[in-house]
Amino acid sequence: MADIKVDVRGETCPVPLVETRKALRKASPGDTVEIIGTHPASKKEIPMALKALGLKLVDIHEEGDVWKIRIGV
Amino acid sequence: MTDKATIVVHSGDMDKLYSALIISTGALAMGMEASLYFTFWGLERLIKGKLEGGALSKMHLLGLGKWMVRRRMKAANVASLEKLLQDFKELGGKIIACEMTMQIMGIKRENLRQDLIDEYGAVGAYIQEARESNITLFI
Repeated sequence: MADIKVDVRGETCPVPLVETRKALRKASPGDTVEIIGTHPASKKEIPMALKALGLKLVDIHEEGDVWKIRIGV
Repeated sequence: MTDKATIVVHSGDMDKLYSALIISTGALAMGMEASLYFTFWGLERLIKGKLEGGALSKMHLLGLGKWMVRRRMKAANVASLEKLLQDFKELGGKIIACEMTMQIMGIKRENLRQDLIDEYGAVGAYIQEARESNITLFI
């Protein structure tokens, strides 16, 4: 039950999406993956990818330009 | 049909190679499979040391345009082509090198980035990939 954090602040297309997928592939069932980023389109695309992958979006949170997405594996 | 994207990478232009790699790594990131078939000028970019060597497809201006675009890309923190290729491979993407192009251009396997190439093939290899793909592009 690890809590994996991925910081992609300042990264642009397609890095936030790709780094999310890389972290999800390495995670074990029961882990939580938290992505923190600033790229606006990725905030919409990551939830779309999760839906396609059948994974659970736990929480999405935004503060100024920074968003945080929590994923249950 | 598999949820898969197959792209023919025909152009060796830097901007077009970016398009091919961004789309294919994006497809992998969103849970699809992806294959890249490198042929003609695209295959030249897989020769050792030539990955970043492509011109801009428009406004190259003898290299000045490319220099300016690269500077803007750096400012926007755009990933390098090498990083995108490494990500593509890490997420399970497949790279096929066109054997006919190798013959025409006199490219030997040892000249190519063999660390990236999964298969050496001809048109049949592309068709086999494309017939089971729901996205196929020619870039």
